[in-house]
Amino acid sequence: MQTTRRALIKGCLALLAVATMPRALWAAAWPEKAFSANQMSAAMVGLFGTDVTTASDKIMLKVPEIAENGAVVPVTIKTSLENVESISIVVEHNPMPMVATFEILPGTLTDISCRIKMAKTSDVTAVVKTSNGLYSTAKQVKVTIGGCGG
Amino acid sequence: MANTIKVKSKLVGDVVQIKSLMLHPMETGSRKDPDSGKIIPKHHITQLIFTNNGAQVMVANFSTAVSKNPYFSFSYKGGKAGDTLNVSWVDNLGETGELETQLK
Repeated sequence: MQTTRRALIKGCLALLAVATMPRALWAAAWPEKAFSANQMSAAMVGLFGTDVTTASDKIMLKVPEIAENGAVVPVTIKTSLENVESISIVVEHNPMPMVATFEILPGTLTDISCRIKMAKTSDVTAVVKTSNGLYSTAKQVKVTIGGCGG
Repeated sequence: MANTIKVKSKLVGDVVQIKSLMLHPMETGSRKDPDSGKIIPKHHITQLIFTNNGAQVMVANFSTAVSKNPYFSFSYKGGKAGDTLNVSWVDNLGETGELETQLK
């Protein structure tokens, strides 16, 4: 009887560890400070510790010139920079400029796309963090209200 | 909960191309309900995690400015047929969604 009880307790402990672990990881990782900042520079400092970036032509940022619907703006970012740690999307004139940040893990290719919301016409900036520093490229997206062209 | 995530994966050599779609309202917290005039509280995915055979291949952190029903695509190296792809999200209210599938 002793052994089964021991096994049961061990099993319970293992289960508990598994159940609580991912939640703790999640909570620790979400950069709330950067996402709640309402200025672009504050958002950058919140995430990277600095808002100084080097302009780079090795980042390809694909956004529409004119977005008819600000609620759905497709964004694609590719980069040929090496040792990339993360890719972030920043929209300067959004109420909260930091839109999303993607952690590039070993094996992940530096090519991502998603759809974002934009409050009004603004520069969309792709910020790529590498082990050598921050690089960025920006493009303006015109957001038309009412969909009658810019 | 599997119905909140749709994933398509494609193997090209050892590169896995992922296209995913989550069903989520992604409320910004600044929109008003047109009927009651009350502000609809913030409700958005905060983190989206992809793992291949248990190893993380992508961690995406979202703010409220990611569109409703988020679409997200990316690729990673090192996957092979039969690997287990796990996709999970958690939102600011603690709700979660998860999907597990085998690479083909």
